Amino acid sequence: MSELAAHGGAEHHPALQHHFTSLEQQRAASSLGMWVFIAQEVLFFGGLFATYTVYRTQYPDAFSAGSHHLSWKIGFFNTLVLIGSSLTMAMGVYSAATGKKNRVVGFILATILLGSVFLGVKYFEYGDKIRPCFGDGSHAGCLVPGERFDASALHLAGPAAGHAQIFFSLYFGMTGLHALHMIIGIPILLLIAYWSWRGRYSPEYHTPVELVGLYWHFVDIVWIFLFPLLYLIGSH
Amino acid sequence: MTSERQTLPEEHYLKAGWDLKSWLLTTDHKRIGLLYLVSITFMFAIGSLYAGIVRFNLLVPDGSQMSAEAYNKAFTGHGVVMVFFFLIPSIPATLGNFLIPLMIGAKDLAFPRINLLSWYIYVVGAALTMWALVTGGLDTGWTFYTPYSTALSESNVELAAIGIFIAGFSSILTGLNFIVTIHKMRAPGLSWFRLPLFVWAHYATSIIQVLGTPVIAITILLVALERIFHFGFFDPNRGGDPILFQHLFWFYSHPAVYIMILPSMGVISEIVTCFSRKRIFGYSFIAMSSLAIAALGFLVWAHHLFVSGMSVYSAMVFSALSFLVAVPSAIKTFNWTATLYRGSVKWDTPMIYVFCFIGLFLIGGLTGLFLASLGVDVHLTDTYFVVAHFHYIMVGGAIMGYLGGLHFWWPKITGRKYVEAWGKVSSLLVFVGFNLTFFPQFVLGYLGMPRRYHAYPEEFQILNVLSTAGATILGFGYLFPFSYLTHSVFRGEPAGDNPWGAKGLEWTTQSPPTTHNFDLIPVVTEEPYDYASPPKEAARV
Amino acid sequence: MSEQLAPESQPTHPRGHVVSWKVYLAVFLALCALTVITVQVAGHDFGPFNLVVALGVAITKATLVVLYFMHARYSERLTHLVIASSLAFFVILVFLLLADYLSRPWPLVAAG
Repeated sequence: MSELAAHGGAEHHPALQHHFTSLEQQRAASSLGMWVFIAQEVLFFGGLFATYTVYRTQYPDAFSAGSHHLSWKIGFFNTLVLIGSSLTMAMGVYSAATGKKNRVVGFILATILLGSVFLGVKYFEYGDKIRPCFGDGSHAGCLVPGERFDASALHLAGPAAGHAQIFFSLYFGMTGLHALHMIIGIPILLLIAYWSWRGRYSPEYHTPVELVGLYWHFVDIVWIFLFPLLYLIGSH
Repeated sequence: MTSERQTLPEEHYLKAGWDLKSWLLTTDHKRIGLLYLVSITFMFAIGSLYAGIVRFNLLVPDGSQMSAEAYNKAFTGHGVVMVFFFLIPSIPATLGNFLIPLMIGAKDLAFPRINLLSWYIYVVGAALTMWALVTGGLDTGWTFYTPYSTALSESNVELAAIGIFIAGFSSILTGLNFIVTIHKMRAPGLSWFRLPLFVWAHYATSIIQVLGTPVIAITILLVALERIFHFGFFDPNRGGDPILFQHLFWFYSHPAVYIMILPSMGVISEIVTCFSRKRIFGYSFIAMSSLAIAALGFLVWAHHLFVSGMSVYSAMVFSALSFLVAVPSAIKTFNWTATLYRGSVKWDTPMIYVFCFIGLFLIGGLTGLFLASLGVDVHLTDTYFVVAHFHYIMVGGAIMGYLGGLHFWWPKITGRKYVEAWGKVSSLLVFVGFNLTFFPQFVLGYLGMPRRYHAYPEEFQILNVLSTAGATILGFGYLFPFSYLTHSVFRGEPAGDNPWGAKGLEWTTQSPPTTHNFDLIPVVTEEPYDYASPPKEAARV
Repeated sequence: MSEQLAPESQPTHPRGHVVSWKVYLAVFLALCALTVITVQVAGHDFGPFNLVVALGVAITKATLVVLYFMHARYSERLTHLVIASSLAFFVILVFLLLADYLSRPWPLVAAG
């Protein structure tokens, strides 16, 4: 009796947790929670973006040289892939809100596919820069910061060689952290797709789909900034 | 104050399960608060041991008690443990977790499972860091300055960095939970300006936790990356700037000190009004000043790097902003004092700690202004003046508030009273011990004794000996509450719902509360701290 | 028990308000076009405004994602406050950092 009194006599949806008084309160709280988490992520990546800003203003030439060495076409392709994955994610949430269970699963799987394509491309992109660093020999073309970094590949020498290492530290650091967020996101997407297939979501309750969508779009936004800042510096 | 004999209630949250699983898998915010209480008390003990080692070394001026390397590890261990594993979580994770749902009329926090997760994250971070400290130690100072931490130190920098990184997420998740809870789960009628000031304080604290902690997380990750993968962010040989590390580090670590003090100020607001039997003076000013401290606190960080090689013009800006941030704290102090004025003051232990807080925080805060002045800071920075300044605030302020809060809400948490005479004796010991430890350090700093030095000029010995004597007294002072509070859990007199006759929703529940806090969600109709009218009876179904 | 929730606790997400899929498609196409523009403007020299232009395009894209894909346009004011706060403090970090670096009268690392 007291349970009902506490819930105001509302219907007890199976997804409603006991400490909330209504499903709507629960949804609003969950959504706010994810936004606050994203706010924290803004500052997490923000520290790297701030570091980038400081060093780019100090070492514009080395940053330019480093940026030229990256393939803007790969970056362009990957940007379109990720934007596409945001579209499929938004469509997944839309399908959940309109009760189209199979489409939810389909769109989430498409999102995972596009995300995997992105990561696959990144794997090859990294490989070209990292592979020369192994083994004995000249390490020509090695772009991992450290002792084996080959500044001559960027036609740089002297202090600028060190500055270029900072550029590539940021390149690997920022795109690496971004990729890590995608690697974490994909299994979660799989889980949501599975639960969707099992019929857990409805127009009344599909909060987890909304939340994972917010996360995925945020990851997309980070890349929207990474692309021009890393790949397109002064390419005139 | 209730005077008839009380009995413990039949059902309460402590009785809801006796086995380990019921504690380790709990989602009850009250139990999680207690899990945190045990953990941070343990970490406080470890931090205190490190402090003991530091003060022991400083008894003699020639540094003959231990090697310089060992000393570096001792003060680093003290700082790391006390800052990240005691002060930052202390009040929010224990009292905040326990009280916030009760104070707003909710059955739990918004995300109970994330609450439990944040405790486990804390434990993992603490375990990793302790392992780093025990197997080889850390000698960089709790501030991890580069390039020593990234390129030169041979201590367990990576491991400690990862442990602290992990613990940071515990703090972020706690803050996230509080923000959502306070926005979305207030009882009917509980508008923002009817909230207890304890809740306002934790709301402001949570904003800092969410927006500040990620920056130190990424910064400490960069230190680890530089050590492990030889990235060049802070390496001067490659054009990196060690001062950039300091900027990024203090962007969090300055607001972090407000994470440490704001909750304590929230506690003071609650106690001062109850033990003056008077509505708090300037409620909205105190509430708004908490937000102001949170916001302004993010604008002053570079006052920690005035002499590091940063631009003097920029330093001037930060100096001016640092003066500004003192204003909201001063507003609070005036308002607490005005609350006391013509109040009916009762000298129970919580109130004694309030007086300790107000006086000691005042000293700590004012000495901060010395350090915020560029010219004076050149002389005082990196001396014991700074050490005394922040200990006056962290110990004289934050910990006094923490102890006051523990005593004030102990009857609610445990259902039992502690022995008041022991409370008074301990508070006296703590107060005397604290001042004897840290006041000489103001003088030492002014006279020029640098901090973090293993040995010092002979003429400073007497002040150092006094300081160590004070630390010994302070240590005993802390042992007393640990003993009598623990003892009261088993043998204390049942307290009843509201032994202090205090206002606030938490006092309308039984002591200890039931697992679900409220059987009927209360509807709030009165303004906060309305001590003119009699306290509400507990609502029982 | 009356359920008059305190105003803030009253959820404001309009239930049943679903954005049409056509909006999503339009936003997607706009984002693709803006990505092409991103590459194109990188090829032009705007002098000191290069970074401003590049960031301007990126911010436009990000705004579209936040407003439409993330539903911020249809969300409560509190959501806007959270977004604004995170951006504000990021800007503070960058701004005050640059205030130091750009006002130092010496180069970051000694030449040679």
